[in-house]
Amino acid sequence: MSDVLPALGQAVVLVAALALSTPLLGGHLARTYTSERHLRPERLTYRLLRVDPDADQTWRTYALSVLGFSLVGLLLLFGLGRLQQHLPLSLGFDALPADGAWNTAVSFVANTNWQWYSGEAAAGHLLQAAGLTVQNFVSAAVGMSVAAAFARGLARSRAGGRVGSFWTDLVRSLVRVLVPIAVVGATALAVGGVVQSWHGPRDVTTLTGGSQPVLGGPVASQEAIKELGTNGGGFFNANSAHPFENPTPVTNLLEIFLILLIPFAMAWAFGLIVKDKRQGGAVLAVMALLLGVSTALLTWAEMAAPGTAPTLAGGAMEGKEVRFGEAGSALFGAATTGTSTGAVNAMHDSFTAPGGGLTMFNMMLGEIAPGGVGSGLYGMLVLAVVAVFLAGLMVGRTPEYLGKKISQREIVLVALYVLTTPVLVLAGTALALSVPAGLAGLQESGPHGLSEALYAVTSASNNNGSAFGGLTSGTPFWNTLLGTCMLLGRFVPIVLVLALAGRFAGAQRLPAGAGTLPTHRPLFVVLLSGVAVVVVGLTYVPVLVLGPIVESLS
Amino acid sequence: MKTLFSLYRQSLAGLRAMLVATLVLGLAYPLVVQGAAAVAAPWASQGSMVTADGERTTDPDEAVGSVLIGQVVDDPDLFQPRPSAAGDGYGYDTLASAGSNLGPESPDLVALVQERRAEVATREGVTVSQVPVDAVTASGSGLDPHVSVAYAELQAPRVARAQGLDVADVEALVRAHTDGRTLGVLGEPRVNVLELNAAVLRAADDD
Amino acid sequence: MNTQTLTEPASATARRPLSVQLREALPSALRKLDPRALLASPVMLVVELGAVLTTVMTVVDPGTTSVGVTIWLWLTVLFGNLAEAVAEGRGKAQADSLRALQEETTAYRLTGRPDPARGSLLDRPAEVVPSTSLRPGDLVVVTAGERIPGDGDVVEGVASVDESAVTGESAPVIRESGGDRSAVTGGTIVLSDRIVVRISSEPGHSFVDRMIALVEGSERQRTPNEIALNVLLTSLTAIFLVVVVTLYFIADHSDAGQSVLVLTALLVCLIPTTISALLSAIGIAGMDRLLQRNVLAMSGRAVEAAGDVDVLLLDKTGTITLGNRQACAMLPVAEVPDADLADAALLSSLADETPEGRSIVALVRGDDARPPVPATATLVPFSASTRMSGVDLPGRSVRKGAASAVSRWVEEQRGVVSHQVGELVEGISRSGGTPLVVAEQRAGEEPRVLGVVHLKDVVKPGMRERFAELRSMGIRTVMVTGDNATTAAAIAEEAGVDDVLAEATPEDKLALIRREQEGGRMVAMCGDGTNDAPALAQADVGVAMNTGTTAAKEAGNMVDLDSDPTKLIDVVEIGKQLLITRGALTTFSVANDVAKYFAILPAMFVVAFPGLDVLNVMRLSSPESAILSAVIFNALVIVALIPLALRGVRYRPSSAAALLNRNLLIYGVGGIVAPFVGIKLIDLLVSTLPGA
Repeated sequence: MSDVLPALGQAVVLVAALALSTPLLGGHLARTYTSERHLRPERLTYRLLRVDPDADQTWRTYALSVLGFSLVGLLLLFGLGRLQQHLPLSLGFDALPADGAWNTAVSFVANTNWQWYSGEAAAGHLLQAAGLTVQNFVSAAVGMSVAAAFARGLARSRAGGRVGSFWTDLVRSLVRVLVPIAVVGATALAVGGVVQSWHGPRDVTTLTGGSQPVLGGPVASQEAIKELGTNGGGFFNANSAHPFENPTPVTNLLEIFLILLIPFAMAWAFGLIVKDKRQGGAVLAVMALLLGVSTALLTWAEMAAPGTAPTLAGGAMEGKEVRFGEAGSALFGAATTGTSTGAVNAMHDSFTAPGGGLTMFNMMLGEIAPGGVGSGLYGMLVLAVVAVFLAGLMVGRTPEYLGKKISQREIVLVALYVLTTPVLVLAGTALALSVPAGLAGLQESGPHGLSEALYAVTSASNNNGSAFGGLTSGTPFWNTLLGTCMLLGRFVPIVLVLALAGRFAGAQRLPAGAGTLPTHRPLFVVLLSGVAVVVVGLTYVPVLVLGPIVESLS
Repeated sequence: MKTLFSLYRQSLAGLRAMLVATLVLGLAYPLVVQGAAAVAAPWASQGSMVTADGERTTDPDEAVGSVLIGQVVDDPDLFQPRPSAAGDGYGYDTLASAGSNLGPESPDLVALVQERRAEVATREGVTVSQVPVDAVTASGSGLDPHVSVAYAELQAPRVARAQGLDVADVEALVRAHTDGRTLGVLGEPRVNVLELNAAVLRAADDD
Repeated sequence: MNTQTLTEPASATARRPLSVQLREALPSALRKLDPRALLASPVMLVVELGAVLTTVMTVVDPGTTSVGVTIWLWLTVLFGNLAEAVAEGRGKAQADSLRALQEETTAYRLTGRPDPARGSLLDRPAEVVPSTSLRPGDLVVVTAGERIPGDGDVVEGVASVDESAVTGESAPVIRESGGDRSAVTGGTIVLSDRIVVRISSEPGHSFVDRMIALVEGSERQRTPNEIALNVLLTSLTAIFLVVVVTLYFIADHSDAGQSVLVLTALLVCLIPTTISALLSAIGIAGMDRLLQRNVLAMSGRAVEAAGDVDVLLLDKTGTITLGNRQACAMLPVAEVPDADLADAALLSSLADETPEGRSIVALVRGDDARPPVPATATLVPFSASTRMSGVDLPGRSVRKGAASAVSRWVEEQRGVVSHQVGELVEGISRSGGTPLVVAEQRAGEEPRVLGVVHLKDVVKPGMRERFAELRSMGIRTVMVTGDNATTAAAIAEEAGVDDVLAEATPEDKLALIRREQEGGRMVAMCGDGTNDAPALAQADVGVAMNTGTTAAKEAGNMVDLDSDPTKLIDVVEIGKQLLITRGALTTFSVANDVAKYFAILPAMFVVAFPGLDVLNVMRLSSPESAILSAVIFNALVIVALIPLALRGVRYRPSSAAALLNRNLLIYGVGGIVAPFVGIKLIDLLVSTLPGA
């Protein structure tokens, strides 16, 4: 259906919008995380929380704050799920089962927003708003805070491992960034046609005399933060393919824009925080390059529509909405998997084989192009450390990034970070494909069945949350496996990143000279992109071969 | 031990933070948005419903559906929507929005496409190669309110015949209910089935 | 300047063809197959465990491919050991020649309490003891023709010493008490005269002992960067281990189950064997390259640090300029006759053994002969803090030295320094020369300045270009000199250094180093005198001259046997080359994996999924030969890169950006391309074998 020129045109509109927003929001983010001033609502909040907003925490305390806060959030959400039938506005839905409540609680706290249930058939308005929407906000704020702490760690010199205050970062992320943008975004979406009401399903008599419930709910308010916070958990089962979540091509582009807004701006803010704009620019360029290439390939795959069913049907429109077409769906697909969002406006399970493979590869990159809010930045920076270490020796100096020497202790933390997700993905996939309880969830056999399992575990471990929806994941086995992957895939890297931030904050920041590896030039951009693709490629190619690659070549 | 105690203390602060967040973000925020939406989009925020006359309404009792949500067209004399995987039967169950999630090599999907192609070709009296792609594929939501211009045009002669209208008039209605690409680049040209069918019925009544 | 290599046998070893070196290293390489020896390199340990596994499976179920894979896995481990053994072997020969110096010799130890105030030590009685029984503080007397029994400092006498066994320099050197040329090395031979040496080292901890340990590599500790790199390589190995183990289950699900043999082959091909096999060889070879240039690095850490150096402190004299400044003119103050100035200058220089002192004598007398010092004279030696020297005669004191120092001396004695002195000094300084002010005080008279000796500095040829190179590498050079600021600036300008520390005292030098280090910069310097010791110890890379004092040699972390201060630049380059070699081979190793996937993955799965044949871009003849070829390539590339690991990658000083550009192209892109060619060629050979 799609034509090449409009496909390019929509990309140009998006790029133009991001080119405008990134420096503006990036500057605002940098000020948010470095300013000495507290706003009045913030001061009030600190008093309620009984925390000292000016306390400079060590990385250890910072990490404990993150974990303590997330733990409480997890327990509260678990409780809301388990007690749903006793709560108001439940629309008559039952309590979630124990494994399901655990999975959902982890999922939203870990900024993954994997959904084993379908929203319109399991979650009442109170659970959606007071439980899920709240976590949409705060889990995003946690990611941004950790990234801010990491950037400060790099920026500081001999700061004794102190990286800032988590509570201050958290509150500021919400007050100064997420809430204001979400209010504006949600209103804009409502104007575009997204529902915002407290109604339950209300029957109408259709044109041909049938009966059809028209749904209501606080959708726009959740939709905005769902995209803005790279969360991705849909109000409805069909997520952003649902016309009430994403009614027009304009809201579609707005949602894509909201998805990419903060991740790119974080990179810009990073440059400002470390007082070297060019460093932020380089990171931004790597993100843009990787996302650009994957978007182009994905769009090409969907428009070329290879494969038996697409060839027979005359296009890859299975699972796609007419209003978006292949191009609008591919752009959304690249954005949602390139960030750790996981919202979908088309069913990835029905993407062409190479297209589905690309969405998986995007997630396997570790959600760095441009990645989740905050997590994309720190993931990319950890990878930059790897790139500096691998290739940095080639300039004849012991490796350093932004003037911080990378010695044994740092590289141990980086190595553990790099190891965590692949171990979760590969071990989880192998487990799921080896036990009957895992295999039972697969809708298809052969390579595509493997892809369903691989996609699910990859999505959970990388905190994406999208799925090859054919998988029936609402079983104790899958809920437990994916819940574990989401939990470890979120918090193990966070602790490691904070430890690394502490190391960097304690170290002296060395001045750069002609002899230091320049990490702001195009060559480094290419190098870092290459390292990302090669390292991730080497890790996942064997299993991708057995899934989407075989499927593409058959 | 020290770490555990510290974690406990931080968790207490976390609990206070979560309570504040639940009130502010879980209740106040949706209400603020609700207020803004009620002012800025009083019709759309309630579900974009229309009456049989094509008038906007927020009352479900006088509505025939939402322009954003596709519905089962239980009348062979009207424009048919895309296949839907939302719910059983003909789909379009708003309580079960879903795509088929069938993969590109899925034998089930291949069989379905083949079946639909034959069915549509027979229904419209064309060869299978003339059947457009959206006529044989289920949408992602299962609630797609649109069909492609090609699919609408393919159906126009049959609908005109059945409704006793001129083909040219029906084709004009199709054109009238076609949305182009926004700014010339966003989205795909598409025809809203509910609005088109309502217009067709009105035209047939006028005749 | 000596450009000879350390010892003849050593260079002979290095010159022999690699094949011979490999053959000689074989026994040692086989001994290293002991898994305990591989604990330090987890990557190679995994390869060996894989080899054991496939051996067992081959014994149980022999087949052409499994035999081939097993053999080549063992060879992979062996080749890795071989690289290390060859690197170590190069040091062995040097160690043997040094060991000859350690033969037990007879020493003549002075008995009785040392009492330097009363007469010459040489007159004291001595007892005969074996050299091994000497302890620090013992005084021994060594006569012409004897071996010096241990490391120490000459406390009395002057002698010419043959140090060729240690330094390779055949010309004898002068060693004398006092000053900065007092250190002697155990095992070297006194050629003339008699000297008394105070022993400074415990038996078994002498300089030669350390040298032997260093060249043999037995004392080699892995350096910080090497350890960090090893961590990264180990984690890559862990990832690939997870990839391969999980692939066993995942492939099974796809009905494309793989044998443990094939998965082991895949694992070994993926883990970074190339760099891991060569890692320790690169380190040893780096130390060895320093040795080839007669520099002993006391720790590998220092070699790594050399690559990171940002600031180079270079003494002006002997490093930037030729050591001997020549006196070229005598400029008397207005009312002083030329002869008076000449006489005083001569008198103050009679005992001055520095090239400057000699050149003054030569200028005044017109020849090199030196008249004796009057018996009544008391010599005032030059010191770095007073910055002047002279002689005291009954009723007359003469001083010469830096303008500021001598002026102060005159003024302290209530004398007056005329403007004219300042003008003369200024004039000489501006021309880049060194003014040496001569003053005297006769009994009952006010002290007065007689005039100024113009010493001319000669900047060594080629220095300007070297400093420009250093600048492009991002290294700043600071010239350190005792000269006044104006003089220093003129020479700095001529030599093209970036900065200057003029009128430097040892304390200034130390303070400068500290200041630079606080700014996060790494500092390298060289020095020889005892007063250099604190600065040498403070510097990140401190190269002590072998001619220097024991204190200096102890304080530095490298010793230059040639005592050539310009060597510092070589040291920095070798440090950089070491790091670059490591980085280049790591990149190469990881880049290789791309091609290996293209060889092995289609081979593994093409039976189950014929569509994958498209990925067999090398058109390898059969799945079996594809896997075997990848394993063989993986092993052979280690051998192929041994020379590179030993020699170091080519290094030309340039900016970091240019280096990265070039090395990424060669070792990154080359690393992706090379195995495609290599595996294809091996496959062509392997496919001709029967049964493959």
